Amino acid sequence: MNPVLQLSVQDWLSLFSHFASLSLLAVGGAITTAPDMHRYLVDETHWLSESQFTSSIALAQSAPGPNILFVALMGFNVGLNAAAGLGGGWFSAALASLGVLLAMLGIMLPSSILTYTATRWAHQHRDKLGIRAFKSGMAPIVIALLLSTAWLLTISHNQPARDWPLYVLTAVTTLVVWRTRVHMLWLIGLGALLGGLGWV
Amino acid sequence: MSELVLLNSPRSKTDLFVSFTLLALQGFGGVLAVVQRELVEKKRWMTREQFVEDWAVAQVMPGPNVVNLSLMIGGRYFGLPGALAGVAGMLAAPLVVVLLLAVAFGGVSQEPWAQGALRGMGAVSAGLIAAVGLKLITALRHNPMGKPVCIALALATFAGVGVLRWPLFVVLLGTGLWACAWAYLQLARQASQTRGSP
Repeated sequence: MNPVLQLSVQDWLSLFSHFASLSLLAVGGAITTAPDMHRYLVDETHWLSESQFTSSIALAQSAPGPNILFVALMGFNVGLNAAAGLGGGWFSAALASLGVLLAMLGIMLPSSILTYTATRWAHQHRDKLGIRAFKSGMAPIVIALLLSTAWLLTISHNQPARDWPLYVLTAVTTLVVWRTRVHMLWLIGLGALLGGLGWV
Repeated sequence: MSELVLLNSPRSKTDLFVSFTLLALQGFGGVLAVVQRELVEKKRWMTREQFVEDWAVAQVMPGPNVVNLSLMIGGRYFGLPGALAGVAGMLAAPLVVVLLLAVAFGGVSQEPWAQGALRGMGAVSAGLIAAVGLKLITALRHNPMGKPVCIALALATFAGVGVLRWPLFVVLLGTGLWACAWAYLQLARQASQTRGSP
């Protein structure tokens, strides 16, 4: 059982404000601010253990839905640590929910308000030259960013002698999705199966 | 512009919410590929060109890209309530799923088969993202900057982010500013030409 954290109202507020302060810095996804979350939650406040931190990220990435949910899991774990873990019944559930709520509102509110206002404004002025130039200019860059992301994910497995089957799997997936209409869940399932059997 | 005639739009905020919920629940290792296929290819709410434009904005603004995208799409059709419906659809059901998983397993299982399955799924999701990138290249056909400039910008961006691993922010300041400036000049020239020739 984890030692029970004593969190004051101020601590909860600071959980919210820390995520809120990272929100506007999260260009390219909230995961880019993960090192700072680690510094705050694990190193400074000790609200999360190392393994809770890493498994929050890993679980959100393997589950369906946007990866931003790793922030919800961090809030959830902080809440559980502040109660008595999963065994604490309704009290644990309440604190865990509070953690989810504060962490998610913190990371999402500032950036969402900015994005919503900015894109409304841009939509109203969509015929202005500057807006059209931004959209046209960014198009090739955004496409290159997608390809870079795929590339970086692939070469993060950096032992070709061992990892080549993964490269093949990525290449085959790329071709199949690019050229056919096979449902993506089949491919995800295939990847899980091949990986689970230890073939890739 | 004949493409525009064929476009659909969400029928209601509920339609938006349900559609985004279904998209999100299919998105293992990132929702982008599913969003592109469903909204552009199946539902036809937007063209590839519009998708690239929206994705560019979603990526440049701070915050989770897919959440930004659902905010923008929802907001375009139904204003603030639509934006909220879009974001709620994208997050609510997956949040429940991920919390249930956390309660059931506490974290990701360290068993070799589970770790292997995650490796395999990761490789597939890399392929999904690459395929979206390749598909969207056709959206550059009518880009006012012209083909050679588009290719050069894409290569420079890939080199910066993918090979040299510079921070996104630095690369965007570099290639992004040049691209927008060049696009501005080209669009301004086109505009003055159409004004000049009656």
